[in-house]
Amino acid sequence: MNFKARKIIPQLITVLVVVLIFGFFTFNAQINMDNRGIQFGFGFLTQESSFDVQFSLIDYDGSHSYARAYLVGLLNTLLVAFIGILISTILGVIIGIARLSPNYLIERSAAFYVEFFRNIPLLLQIFFWYFAALRALPLPQDADPMLGVFYLTIKGLYTPSFVWENFDIFLYSIIAVIISIIVIKNYAKKLQENQGKQLPVLYISIGLFIILPLITFLIGGVSLDFEFPVIKQLSTTGFIYEGGLSIPPELIALTLALSLYTATFIAECVRAGIQGISKGQKEAAASIGLTPNQVLKLVIMPQALRIIIPPTTNQYLNLTKNSSLAAAIAYPDLVLVFAGTALMQTGRAIEIVSITMLTYLSISLAISMLMNWYNKKIAIKEK
Amino acid sequence: MNKLNFLKPDRQNLNTYLYMGSFLFFISLFDVFLTSFFKINITSFLPSTLSFLLPLIFGVIGLHLIRIEFSGIKKLDLINKNINTNNFNAFLTLFIIFAIIKSIPPILSWFIIDANIAGDTKEACTGSGACWTYIKIWLRRFIYGMYPNDLQWRINISFILLIALAFVGYFATERLKKFLTLYYVVIYPIIAFILIYYLISGGSFGLMWVETGAWGGLSLTFIVSFFCLIFCFPLGMFLALGRRSTLPTLRYVSVGFIEFWRGVPLITVLFMSSVMFPMFLPEDFFMDKLVRVIIAISLFEAAYVAEVIRGGLQALPRGQYDAAKSLGMGYWKLHILVILPQALKLVIPGIANTFLALVKDTPLIFVVGLLELVGMLNLAKTNPKWLGFAMEGYVFAAIIFWIICYAMSRYSQNLELKYKTER
Repeated sequence: MNFKARKIIPQLITVLVVVLIFGFFTFNAQINMDNRGIQFGFGFLTQESSFDVQFSLIDYDGSHSYARAYLVGLLNTLLVAFIGILISTILGVIIGIARLSPNYLIERSAAFYVEFFRNIPLLLQIFFWYFAALRALPLPQDADPMLGVFYLTIKGLYTPSFVWENFDIFLYSIIAVIISIIVIKNYAKKLQENQGKQLPVLYISIGLFIILPLITFLIGGVSLDFEFPVIKQLSTTGFIYEGGLSIPPELIALTLALSLYTATFIAECVRAGIQGISKGQKEAAASIGLTPNQVLKLVIMPQALRIIIPPTTNQYLNLTKNSSLAAAIAYPDLVLVFAGTALMQTGRAIEIVSITMLTYLSISLAISMLMNWYNKKIAIKEK
Repeated sequence: MNKLNFLKPDRQNLNTYLYMGSFLFFISLFDVFLTSFFKINITSFLPSTLSFLLPLIFGVIGLHLIRIEFSGIKKLDLINKNINTNNFNAFLTLFIIFAIIKSIPPILSWFIIDANIAGDTKEACTGSGACWTYIKIWLRRFIYGMYPNDLQWRINISFILLIALAFVGYFATERLKKFLTLYYVVIYPIIAFILIYYLISGGSFGLMWVETGAWGGLSLTFIVSFFCLIFCFPLGMFLALGRRSTLPTLRYVSVGFIEFWRGVPLITVLFMSSVMFPMFLPEDFFMDKLVRVIIAISLFEAAYVAEVIRGGLQALPRGQYDAAKSLGMGYWKLHILVILPQALKLVIPGIANTFLALVKDTPLIFVVGLLELVGMLNLAKTNPKWLGFAMEGYVFAAIIFWIICYAMSRYSQNLELKYKTER
């Protein structure tokens, strides 16, 4: 066999196998759909959905279309992913640093946490929080307020909600703060490179963050009110809270389980990253007179982040994908609303499952692109 | 006697500081111990907040007083170095010790002292602790699922046989050692399949047929993870090789396959296998639920295994390839004899993590209606005779899964050490 044939034949076989498998599947799908009298197409998305979703971020009821139901599910998934990523990052960083603590007890308890939570299936943890732990909470009428305003009951968490006036002005001021901080940061960098002067960027930005929004309150006509949840009797035994913000127990259980579980993995990434920096770096930095805080901020963290970020990105992706376990406790996420209820009602398995999978693929791609961009930004810039 | 400076304990008055400090420290421990074990509050005459915080204050002061550098007492130096380097550390140390002391009595009473295991109805559970009677009664269901009681010996025998056959490697003589890989990769899975097909599923040789819908519990967890583990490993290896191949089509197909499966959650894959996959098959073609699930999970995990193995392949220096090629080895010989043994050695932890993830993912098969351990728990929980014991069930399952996963991760660490070669 000559060299060329060796290169071409395996490729031909691969292409042939792939084409055959896909051809076989489409052929069968065609026949099956003809037999059942369904037409392939996405027209059903505009039809009226006629099912209700118990928790949604946007206005939705049965009279809206399937496309809107899809959006409701997607937003709910993104909400869980966002909160989960936030909490698990904070928790993971704390525990990762605690695992490197010189204090024996702290190190052991952090290790215990990691070993404990990551060796139990996530689904089991979600079930535990939802069916066992949160079910032990008091009924609405028996709940004691926490800090006077939060009510944690079996029906969820009730918190005061914000009532804004002229919210857009406040928003603009925040945007202005962010832009000015970026400008000041660049200016400070230039100043340091050209004249060797240092600006206290951190204090200036904190100051800006407090002062500008405060000005909008004083003269911009922005005002903030709280609406407190108030208990209301429906019947002799039925009580609910009205007003305020209610967070359903499904959301609490899901974010709790997801964050506690993913935090263990992030903690391990953080630990590995900090341990990956050689001791010499720390000693060299200390020997040129940097304070411990400066050593951490200017020498250790920039290098450790390079090691930490890629595996942590993976964990964020895992968390987002794992949020689909919501379907198990009936939190209305993308899988439950769209691949569950909508699929049962329309029977369009192929279209709906592919849309769901494509959505998750795009979320994964978006997160990994974002993190790749950040990773590239902090990567070693060789001259 | 030298002047005592309480803000800065030093060696001059070592004994005075030591006695005062340890006295305060032990008093704080004693106080917490009494409140938590015997519900006696010796500081009840104080305001409640102060009484609550007093042990912490005493403890911090005590630890501060015994924080003496180079005291000359070995044990004291050890304590200071490990748990008492500064005030903040002392605070955290106390906090953790108090948390442990406070959490022991409720946990102990829930698990053992107030728990019940006697009897066989719900009414037997009278204590305020756990009701292990529930676990005891349902244990058969948790292990065997809906498998008929009088046929469960079939599952037992197949599992015992499989475990026994897995240990063949330890007893193989030198002459047979070279066939071990063949045995574990090809023959063992075939034996396992035959056992499960003929003994557990039945239907021939006069054994009663038991449909897969009746399988369940822990045994199903093992069956699913076992087969997925066997299938996903070779598949992942080929995908990794494909992704590293110089042939563009092969590479693109592998990349596409890997990225697709890695981008979607397992639950949607299972949805696909249960609602979408049957549409892709000829109408009269029937594939069992369990088989579909095993295929789906294997394909899914294979993508992850492929990425792990690719890491190992990339970590090998080019010289290994060049050296093997210069000996005249072809593609397959080169990979089987030189590259893969080294690459796989490097990625043992990664592969172990993937397998752990696989075991932890098995409960998800509830989506297609197969009930392994967690699924059975959810079923048992809704039984009207046994309402209200969700906690016991989940704790039981958590302990079992924790033991399995922890043992696996420990074993992989051993394996890593065993195969660690100087490079």
